[in-house]
Amino acid sequence: MSLLIAENVVKDYAEHRALNDVSIEVPSSSIFGLLGPNGAGKTSLIRIINQITGPDQGSIYLDGEPLKPDHIEHIGYLPEERGLYKKMKVGEQALYLARLKGLSTHEAKKRLQEWFKRMEIIDWWDKKVEDLSKGMAQKVQFVTTVLHEPKLLIFDEPFSGFDPINANLIKDEILRLRENGATVIFSTHRMESVEELCDHIALINKSEKILDGKLSDIKNDFKNGIYRLQYHSGKFPSEMPSGMTITDQSEGQARIQLAEGITANELLQFILPHVGVTSFKEEIPSANDIFIQTVQKASL
Amino acid sequence: MNRTGLIIQREFLSRVKKKSFLVMTLLGPILMASLFIVPILLAESGSPQKEVLVLDETDLFDGYLAESPESRYTYLEDMELDSAKSKLKNSEAYALLYVPCGANCDLNYIEKSIQLYSEKTVSLDMKYSLKRQLERELENLKLKRDSVDLEKIEAAKTSVNISTISLEGDQEEENYSELTTAVGFVMAFLIYIFIFIYGAQVMRGVIEEKSNRIVEVIISSVKPFQLMLGKIIGVALVGLTQFLLWVVLTFAIVSVVQYAYLDDAYSSTAVAGQMAGSQANEAIAEVQANEMPKILKMMDSINFPLIIGSFLFYFMGGYLLYGALFAAIGAAVDNESDTQQFMLPVTVPLILAIIVAQTVITNPESPVAFWFSLIPFTSPVIMMVRVAMGVPISELLLSMGLLVLGFFGTVWVAARIYRTGILMYGKKVSYSELWKWIRFKG
Repeated sequence: MSLLIAENVVKDYAEHRALNDVSIEVPSSSIFGLLGPNGAGKTSLIRIINQITGPDQGSIYLDGEPLKPDHIEHIGYLPEERGLYKKMKVGEQALYLARLKGLSTHEAKKRLQEWFKRMEIIDWWDKKVEDLSKGMAQKVQFVTTVLHEPKLLIFDEPFSGFDPINANLIKDEILRLRENGATVIFSTHRMESVEELCDHIALINKSEKILDGKLSDIKNDFKNGIYRLQYHSGKFPSEMPSGMTITDQSEGQARIQLAEGITANELLQFILPHVGVTSFKEEIPSANDIFIQTVQKASL
Repeated sequence: MNRTGLIIQREFLSRVKKKSFLVMTLLGPILMASLFIVPILLAESGSPQKEVLVLDETDLFDGYLAESPESRYTYLEDMELDSAKSKLKNSEAYALLYVPCGANCDLNYIEKSIQLYSEKTVSLDMKYSLKRQLERELENLKLKRDSVDLEKIEAAKTSVNISTISLEGDQEEENYSELTTAVGFVMAFLIYIFIFIYGAQVMRGVIEEKSNRIVEVIISSVKPFQLMLGKIIGVALVGLTQFLLWVVLTFAIVSVVQYAYLDDAYSSTAVAGQMAGSQANEAIAEVQANEMPKILKMMDSINFPLIIGSFLFYFMGGYLLYGALFAAIGAAVDNESDTQQFMLPVTVPLILAIIVAQTVITNPESPVAFWFSLIPFTSPVIMMVRVAMGVPISELLLSMGLLVLGFFGTVWVAARIYRTGILMYGKKVSYSELWKWIRFKG
């Protein structure tokens, strides 16, 4: 079941087309990585989902219903360009943002206090935002995004401005929210966090979607049959049977590419008499490799 | 509470709670009150009485010069000019008036030969006061010399007093155009100031939201239009609150000071006149020259419900019209220093209006007055002047209707610039760019 479906979305600005026939499906309770180079159209798509702007063509469905103004209460959005009113007190401001999302004052206060305690920022309740460090302010911002317990959470570069410890804290919170049933759209350039968090990804480049699917499936598609083998004794044979090519070799290790139809077992059977193997592993492309390869291929 | 209400509430409270609001609210009336009170107090107290020595060789003015709060006169008998001069130097006296006799004390000789000695520069007041008194006495002496009957001349002096009476419906009403002019101008001026101060606050608020980067967070919860309107209305309420507090406090301070120091002659109408600038001041001065009992009758001649009603209407209408444009400017730029190029076309009509208002005072029925009181960009100022002086109800309604249309027009344009502008960072925007934003359907 998909929580969010975007169908053939087109968005034109005065001078250029920001989205060209983009369709995505975000499965319920998943973490969906929306990836792409700068200026590819990610933010345009996110703004359409948040109803900040409307699509020129195409349609968006949330939970099976066409997107409508009431849906704002079911979406939590942490924009990339984010900030707080500097002169307002932290608690007051969080309360204001929560009430704008439709929470009652009482409910908002109760939930805020729980969150502030867990994030260890409860002492800051009466401080002004301008007195907070950047990381502190980001924590406040994160809390206000998720406070109304939306079905759909959209984080645009959520880890910018966090030190590694707090970034980890936020990562755990995102995973916890997913456990509790929320669906997360996660837009970033930082591929290592995609690797750690995302179940599904879509890659947008120059206003078009060029790749999407389950991350594990995509990785499988991008495998090109290269195995890395490490050994501690013996001599690596210089002559390989057909279908097995050494792409790279150095003292104690080698990379071998297998042609289609040849299994890893066959490679091992051939090699075992020659060397003492310490490890044998298929090389799986990283999200980063996939990103770079796909974008480069698309711009050829 | 709905979301626009929440925004209005925040905009209002965050400004009212600022220290600067409190300071301005307290300081404003003190400054304003002192603007009215200080000149009156100065006039009341004046400077200490000065002694003027008079050496009159002709004996024509003996005892004629009248003692006043400013000066008293000491007549020197049988003294040479030189010794009189040294007496001036050695005494506390301020000046020495010397009236020479010449050969035979001829009046035509005397009028050209009077001299005033002083160690300091003689004040103009003193010089003209002496000049007037001496001229009058010399005139009388000349008339006497030529055997003219002074009583007949006195009897022939005339002062014409024209009362202006407006024919409105069946009633004939004496009206006091000096006073209504002053009231109208003061109100027009207040509208002008209010639009500038609070329009700029709206603009600064929008820029603040943009540079804080909070705007995208907010508009994921509310429509940009709601945010813009909430800000404009919130700031308007701040302005109204401050204005009301000022009126109340100013009134309180002025009446306390009046009660403590001044006699009743300086009524609050004089106070109003001080604010309005020279034209209104003159009008008020004229009013003051008349007898005070008239004031009450004059107050009756002003149609207060109409004036206050129109004031509130044009006050809000003008502010909303310009406030929307100021919000659009704020959205189009990244920081305050970039606002200049867009401020000019917005402020020019407003400044033009206050300049034209001064000509409207002298000629409220001129074509310029008529057209400027209909155009929404200038009508809040110009029509306010005309309303106080009396204007056909059909023209007033037309002007109000056009202002409402103008308001919807600027809000529509502003909303289109705003919703695109608030999400644009780091880009210098040109007019052609703005035009694209306005046409863009979004």
